[in-house]
Amino acid sequence: MKRSRLSQILAGVLVNAIYEMKNYPIVLISTVISPLSLLFVITFVSGGALFGTAIEGGLIMIFFSSGIALQSDLAHLKNDFKLQDMVVSSPTTSRMYMGGMALAEIVYSLPALVILVALAGIYLHPSLIQIGILSIVLLLMFAVSVAIGFMLSTFSSDVVQSYAFSRMLTLLFATLPPVYYPITYVPSPFNYLAYLSPTTYAAEIIHSATGFLHISTNMLILDWAVLLVVSAVILFVAVKKTRWRDV
Amino acid sequence: MGKLECSELTKVYQDHRKALDNVSFSVETKGIFGLIGRNGAGKTTLIRILATELEQTSGTASINDLDILKQTDKLREKIAIVPQEARPIRWMTPKQTVMSYLLWRGYPYKQANQLAAESLKKLNMEQYANTLNSRLSGGTKRKVLIATATASEAEIIFLDEPTTGLDPISRRELWDILRELGKTRFIFLTTHYLDEAEQLADQIGILKEGKLVSIGSLSDLRQSSRFQYSLKMPPNVQVPPLVDGEVTVGSSGYTQIMTNEAEAFSLARLLSEQNVKFSITPVTLDDIFFRIVGQKARDE
Repeated sequence: MKRSRLSQILAGVLVNAIYEMKNYPIVLISTVISPLSLLFVITFVSGGALFGTAIEGGLIMIFFSSGIALQSDLAHLKNDFKLQDMVVSSPTTSRMYMGGMALAEIVYSLPALVILVALAGIYLHPSLIQIGILSIVLLLMFAVSVAIGFMLSTFSSDVVQSYAFSRMLTLLFATLPPVYYPITYVPSPFNYLAYLSPTTYAAEIIHSATGFLHISTNMLILDWAVLLVVSAVILFVAVKKTRWRDV
Repeated sequence: MGKLECSELTKVYQDHRKALDNVSFSVETKGIFGLIGRNGAGKTTLIRILATELEQTSGTASINDLDILKQTDKLREKIAIVPQEARPIRWMTPKQTVMSYLLWRGYPYKQANQLAAESLKKLNMEQYANTLNSRLSGGTKRKVLIATATASEAEIIFLDEPTTGLDPISRRELWDILRELGKTRFIFLTTHYLDEAEQLADQIGILKEGKLVSIGSLSDLRQSSRFQYSLKMPPNVQVPPLVDGEVTVGSSGYTQIMTNEAEAFSLARLLSEQNVKFSITPVTLDDIFFRIVGQKARDE
């Protein structure tokens, strides 16, 4: 029998997003609230001055928190429903399973994503180059967070801890760092702490590409270098440490 | 006909707990194989290793000539499992549950949709196909999982304690389903219900503290047992001296004698002459199991 990889990806998207959204439409509203609420707060507090960076921050938050949410969602499906056990003993590979589930997280965030992309189109008027930079950085953020999420989920045996951990990681890497506003707003010495998060580098690149932050070329190169190295290291560790068959 | 073969399979967990200890056996992959044992005997560990979910510490195993470690990908095309404590996802319907599993197995969408409907129909579950899993009874939820595993082309189905927690009627309904499945596929099930194994399994294995202590058909197990017959009589009967037998007093007060065939029938004649009411039956799986795992377990 010829097996369809597309079907294997689709299964994850259906289980982890479409079926829940279809059977419980209320989740559509809740997925919009989180990234947009911070956008509104930042915009109102800054008198509209930071609306542009807040849109970009919302996009970073969606892509990063989607990958991190994978951790708690997969742990929930694995521990409470034993779904992963059933899937491991089937012709699906861990890559197909993770790919489908990760894509599901983006599908789950589509309502908020559509609003933010529409706002970005209307307010930021990005050029093709800016769209390219934005897409690369957001995909890198997503890949990193998916790798972290999937690796942690394979070790997790407690759903309550998983959800708490997921919320904590989103807070530490997507809410606290200066992604909704330029890093120049963060006073010293907290700005140094902000550089511990890869999302800070991602935000700097995006804010600078769209003209909301002025940094030197050297700093921009450093941002890209750190982002790429961190992404590579996290993906490498995830591939090495992720468990599909238990030991 | 293929075989499921284990050779010196051992599993020691990271906390140094030995769950399986040199388990070796071979069974034909047809009909139903029932693995019984007390909680913690190693049933789930063995089924998870065979279903390629868990790696053994040492030893080898193969199913239909496919090594569980070296030919995992090929093997996974032929197997399916319903794990212990598995539940259908509550925000999905039975049809969505079966269908998504088939998609994971690589079926095209249209075929998965069609097979899901057929599988639910086979298990008389069409009326629940579009009901949320969260609204189904425990027995129906379990049937959803069986329908999920059996909707695929898998020739070997692992079921880890499939009827635990079900009411007697739901259990019997599932038995009927499993009997039908056993006609076309190899079912490897674990259970701690001895009547379940006795009713369903063509071959039975008994695990005790990680070791496989007995294996065969019920008739083989009887033959290899020290005693083949069981006599039960009221508590006030004077039991004649036995050459080779074992007398126990059950919790309900009856006296049970287990002995060999010759002595059982001679005893039966004697009791008949004395007009004592008694029953004589071949030893049951309960009798064999409790002799192996110990009377203490029965008392518990």
